[in-house]
Amino acid sequence: MQKDRTSEPIWTNAVFRATVYQIAAISIVALTAYYLFTNTTANLAKQSIATGFGFLSRESSFEIGESVLSFSSSDTYLKALAMGALNTIKVSLIGIVLTVLLGIFVGIARLSTNWLVSRIAAVYIEVLQDIPVLLQLYFWYTIFNNVMPSPRQAVIPFNGMVLCNRGVYFGIPADHPAFLWMGYAFILTCIVIFFIRRWAKKRQEQTGQIFPVFTVSTALIVLFPLAAWFVMGAPTEMNMPTLKGFNFEGGYNVSPEFGSLLLGLVLYTSAFVAEIVRAGIQAIAKGQREAAESLGLRSIFIMNLVILPQALRVIIPPLTSQLLNLTKNSSLAVAIGYPDFVSISNTTISQTGQAIEGVAIIMIMYLTISLLTSMFMNWYNAKMALVER
Amino acid sequence: MKNNAATPENPVSLKDTNARRKSLKSSITKPPIPPIRKSSIAKPPVTETGVIGWLKSNLFNSPRDTVITILVLLVFYKLIPPFIRWAFIDSVWFGPSSGCQPGVGACWAYIPANIRFVIFGLFPAEEQWRGLIAMLIMIGTVVYSRKRERWKLSLAYVWLGNTVLVAILITGGVFGLVPVESTKWGGLLLTLMLSVVGMTAAYPLGVVLALARRSKMPTIRTIAVVYIEMIRGVPLISMLFMSAVMFPLFLPEGVTINKIFRAQVAIIMFTAAYIAEVVRGGLQAMPKGQYEAAESMGLNYFQMMRLVILPQALKIVIPPTVGILISAFKDTSLVAIISLYDLLKTCQSTLSDPRWMGFSTEAFIFIAMIYFVFCYAMSSYSRRLEQELSAGQSH
Repeated sequence: MQKDRTSEPIWTNAVFRATVYQIAAISIVALTAYYLFTNTTANLAKQSIATGFGFLSRESSFEIGESVLSFSSSDTYLKALAMGALNTIKVSLIGIVLTVLLGIFVGIARLSTNWLVSRIAAVYIEVLQDIPVLLQLYFWYTIFNNVMPSPRQAVIPFNGMVLCNRGVYFGIPADHPAFLWMGYAFILTCIVIFFIRRWAKKRQEQTGQIFPVFTVSTALIVLFPLAAWFVMGAPTEMNMPTLKGFNFEGGYNVSPEFGSLLLGLVLYTSAFVAEIVRAGIQAIAKGQREAAESLGLRSIFIMNLVILPQALRVIIPPLTSQLLNLTKNSSLAVAIGYPDFVSISNTTISQTGQAIEGVAIIMIMYLTISLLTSMFMNWYNAKMALVER
Repeated sequence: MKNNAATPENPVSLKDTNARRKSLKSSITKPPIPPIRKSSIAKPPVTETGVIGWLKSNLFNSPRDTVITILVLLVFYKLIPPFIRWAFIDSVWFGPSSGCQPGVGACWAYIPANIRFVIFGLFPAEEQWRGLIAMLIMIGTVVYSRKRERWKLSLAYVWLGNTVLVAILITGGVFGLVPVESTKWGGLLLTLMLSVVGMTAAYPLGVVLALARRSKMPTIRTIAVVYIEMIRGVPLISMLFMSAVMFPLFLPEGVTINKIFRAQVAIIMFTAAYIAEVVRGGLQAMPKGQYEAAESMGLNYFQMMRLVILPQALKIVIPPTVGILISAFKDTSLVAIISLYDLLKTCQSTLSDPRWMGFSTEAFIFIAMIYFVFCYAMSSYSRRLEQELSAGQSH
């Protein structure tokens, strides 16, 4: 097909058409944005709503039910939002740890050869996945509020734990500088273990000798902080919750809001994580295990060197997205009154009337979390990618 | 257990191979084994078959298994009888709430007393038959779409037609139907409407977004990427807040759009971004040869997508798409937070009635079962489909 290119009409030229389409798309987006912008500015002017982020430095004049750092109503909106962010991070981090542990447990139980255990895990997964997480949150919250007894009739399953409609109280060790030093010792041990691991790997690559990294690290991580505790005088005094008047004092209190949010999120997300773990383990071909066995590897090495590295490659990407979901779902806290980031932004919006700035702040916060996570994921995928020959 | 050492794939030394060849030869020269008479086959011991064998291999396979089984049974023994007592023996099924004993038995009388409100919300009582028919049409359409041989263009028309039918039934105002205001829509009816309309609108939008994201034109691709990543990065509740508090500011003076419609738009925008990512997966899974073959046939872009690529790509990703639809269905419950009267909110508001105040457990179990039935039906369908599709691929 020898055709003179110049004789083609211009609208059949691919480059020309692509340019037209793109200009059209940009114009539509720009025109919509302009239309919305003019409407919005007109509306804001008419309702005399202030614009800009100046409100952040104003006094918030509301109280926050529970916060990681101290907060009073004379603090600024910015600080209130920061407290909300800390609360979101707190519930997400604790939730993520518990979800992963519970999810792995249920996922392995689902693969158990014990019929009863496997069935229970299957029912757990199916039921919790199929009920909206918001309904689960309401359910646990009403359990805390309506079914739990008042502090005077509190349920005490064992010494040091109290259940009542004001939440759960735990006895914790009383304040003592020793615990700070235990923390330092823990961090120090982690650094030491990091270097031991590197050294052991290097030595194994050079000489083939295997160093029992796991056993040694476990021993170090237990012994080091314990030693710090002994050196600082081994304090054993406990801070126990005690009934004073109408409520408990002392100990560590998990509020009904935090407790039900955590419970709901963990139970819901762990059902998904369990499915991911099950699928990941099942995805490893049987031949891999058999090959490792026929090489004469010990079962712990089969797991650590053959099965897990491959299963993790399958498990980690969907797991990350589930954990991200947990973080995003923690915004449902607004429904049960836990002062998370969205809930405090919502209060801010209703007090200042600055909806656009408020919603923008919420979106920026969660987008940042998502982008950080996907950056981590890309790094991880690049690191773990199958190197094919 | 298969004999690992003897499989031909295994790299074995020459000596081994020779030895095997020898043994193979000797086995060939051996006279054929005489046929075995049936009576001479020893039956497996009773403990290996039937109920006992099943119990042995599934519950008491090892000492550890036995301990676990006994522990689980013990927990069952502690939990199940009190639950059955609460749920069935000491429970009250009909009558007013005064006949119930809170804390002793379940008060299932909550269900007959509140079911109409929970299902239909404030929909006028004499018009509720319309809501019922609308719900049946919506469920029927979804059920009708389950068969693979029905996945063609005509199905889209079925959906479109039924959506119009449902809209007429719900809003009224034509064919002598009494108009019903959108503020009166509620309960399971609203939940189904939000999710079915959400699915219907989000799906095509998601496909368009996926195609845009795979486009060679940089601006169109960028717009799609920014949209998809932004929506997927934020929680749905922030989108709903946006629809509730921010969207009215976007509109010119005097124009108002009702709250349900705004929430519906937020749900559609949200779901579409997730569907787009799933569809993109399907598009990426298409071998390059399909694109090249379509192009060499002289098809233009739209013909190629409509006739060759999309029919295949969309079929591959049906199981994850159903997954998205399940979460979209569950996520409609979030509209309760911006106080739309969906299934969750109507249920909650019955609990503020002093007569039924203490029976939140029964109420929540009731609607949890409704949600469960819908989601379970969809997820088991998706699992079956996945099996069918993967079986189809292996041939």
